Amino acid sequence: MAVLSDIRIDTVAPLPARASRGYWGSVLRRLMRDPVAMVAAGVILAIVLAAAFAPFVAPGDPYKGAMLRRLKPIGDAFYWLGSDELGRDMLTRLIYGGRLSLFMGVLPVACAFVIGSTLGVFAGYVGGWVNMVVMRVIDVFYAFPSVLLAIALSGALGAGITNAVVSLTIVFIPPITRVAESVTTQIRTRDYVEAARVSGAGAFTIIRVHVLGNVLGPIFVYATSLISVSMILASGLSFLGLGSKPPEPEWGLMLNTLRTAIYVQPAVAALPGAMIFITSISFNLLSDGLRSAMAVRA
Amino acid sequence: MLLYTLKRLLYVTPVAIGVSIVCFLLIHITPGDPLSAILPSDAPLELQMQMRAAYGFDKPLWVQYALWFWKVLHGDLGTSIATGRPVAAEVLRAVGNTLILATVATLIGFTLGTFFGFVAGYFRDSWLDKLASFVSVLGVSVPHYWLGMVLVIIFSANLNWLPPTGAGPDGSANWRPDAEHLRYIILPALTMSVIPMGVIARTVRALVADILDQEFVQALRAKGLGEYGVFRHVVTNAAPTALAVMGLQLGYLLGGSILIETVFSWPGTGFLLNAAIFQRDLPLLQGTILVLAMFFVALNLAVDVVQTALDPRIERA
Repeated sequence: MAVLSDIRIDTVAPLPARASRGYWGSVLRRLMRDPVAMVAAGVILAIVLAAAFAPFVAPGDPYKGAMLRRLKPIGDAFYWLGSDELGRDMLTRLIYGGRLSLFMGVLPVACAFVIGSTLGVFAGYVGGWVNMVVMRVIDVFYAFPSVLLAIALSGALGAGITNAVVSLTIVFIPPITRVAESVTTQIRTRDYVEAARVSGAGAFTIIRVHVLGNVLGPIFVYATSLISVSMILASGLSFLGLGSKPPEPEWGLMLNTLRTAIYVQPAVAALPGAMIFITSISFNLLSDGLRSAMAVRA
Repeated sequence: MLLYTLKRLLYVTPVAIGVSIVCFLLIHITPGDPLSAILPSDAPLELQMQMRAAYGFDKPLWVQYALWFWKVLHGDLGTSIATGRPVAAEVLRAVGNTLILATVATLIGFTLGTFFGFVAGYFRDSWLDKLASFVSVLGVSVPHYWLGMVLVIIFSANLNWLPPTGAGPDGSANWRPDAEHLRYIILPALTMSVIPMGVIARTVRALVADILDQEFVQALRAKGLGEYGVFRHVVTNAAPTALAVMGLQLGYLLGGSILIETVFSWPGTGFLLNAAIFQRDLPLLQGTILVLAMFFVALNLAVDVVQTALDPRIERA
């Protein structure tokens, strides 16, 4: 549940060598015993399933409005969660909205995870001037506050879902690269890596077995903690009009178009933001659970 | 100390130049011709070439950068396409309002955050700790633009206690520290303070828990020092890191104020950025981002130097 700013690189230590074959199994077992993390996982699963099977779950059509039935309150006989400023069913649009909001929130972190860990492991393993060049470039992007960089990039690239995803990916690459580089650099000088090299293992094998085996865990936990920030930022870009475009159902955009309705139907207007909040807090709590499940060893 | 400051300055210079390159390139990653915002698409070729030369777009990229950088060093950030006024003056006018808002928000966040952090760290694993930790999770998980809307719904629309938007009774004017303007800053500052509150609460909780575990605390207690005395030791040990985090949070708020300023129509840099994006006013966008990013770099440097000066445990290598 961290935000970009409160992660200190030096707190991310490499995990001790794998104790037995069932490491991920035992992590999962510990995670299952954490009630908070399980509730969070359940909420995320429910939102993801509802979004994936939206046509079967949602009661109506997300695009079809009714001018005579605009801004109905929550609890309306026809619209359970009210209707928006164009008379579209809120419940339907909230369910469909999960598709784009989750996509725009999770995809940048996934892309940044792949690109950032590749860059970081490469820079950390090769070392020398290559490391210096890569890390100095990363430093430059790190010198921007994350929200400002996201808005600068998507503001310059122009509105759109692809541009928003690209901008957010660029925002999340530097922190992930830093974590990957710092862990890799620590591992590179370990005795067992030296031993592997002496016994004839190639660079590729060493990276695959020794480096990735130790590095991926911490980076993965860190990346999951970024999903919550990414969800808030992605919906924030749509809220500013820089992400998805109307009439697409997306939580940030819905929140923006309903802003004018806060004096008429305040509860309805606040619903899309509540969905962003619930999703983001669930990801944070799950990430926290995962962090403690992976750090505590039985 | 002076040597250390110079060293840091030397390290920061390439980063600052890199930041300026990124800001410069912002205009060039824009799809389409950068002139398309000023010229109609059916402008005669002759006029297009003329404008191209006037803006310097006919020169190689690195020459354009050098010319632009030289101007920036002299305080010239170009001219706003939408208003025709110098960008530097526009940004300067807005940055004060953002700075006030972000500072007030950071102070609120720091006060609440240290309180929750100390409570959580002192009563570790009790229900108080769980409560305080939950509050800090809420702080970093809440979409603050939504929180702003909810606060407006409660305190402006329903209770009619506080004004929903603007920085003062005259709307977009500069904020002044008097009773009337104070009412306008409450909601945006409260909204903005939840992020630093959450981050600082987490940091302080970890710091306090860590300090209380150390042997010197045991030694203090063993020699008979009261709880208040121990508390003072904990505060002195936690202060440098907590203050550094506070400084960095101020920087993040300055850069991240756009969403909150949009919700509350606060006349700061975020509002300016929003206008620049929607009028495709690229010089204004570039100038505002450059100023905010440079401010962040400078703030990082200042925090680093001050923390090293305050905390004798950090080696001035």
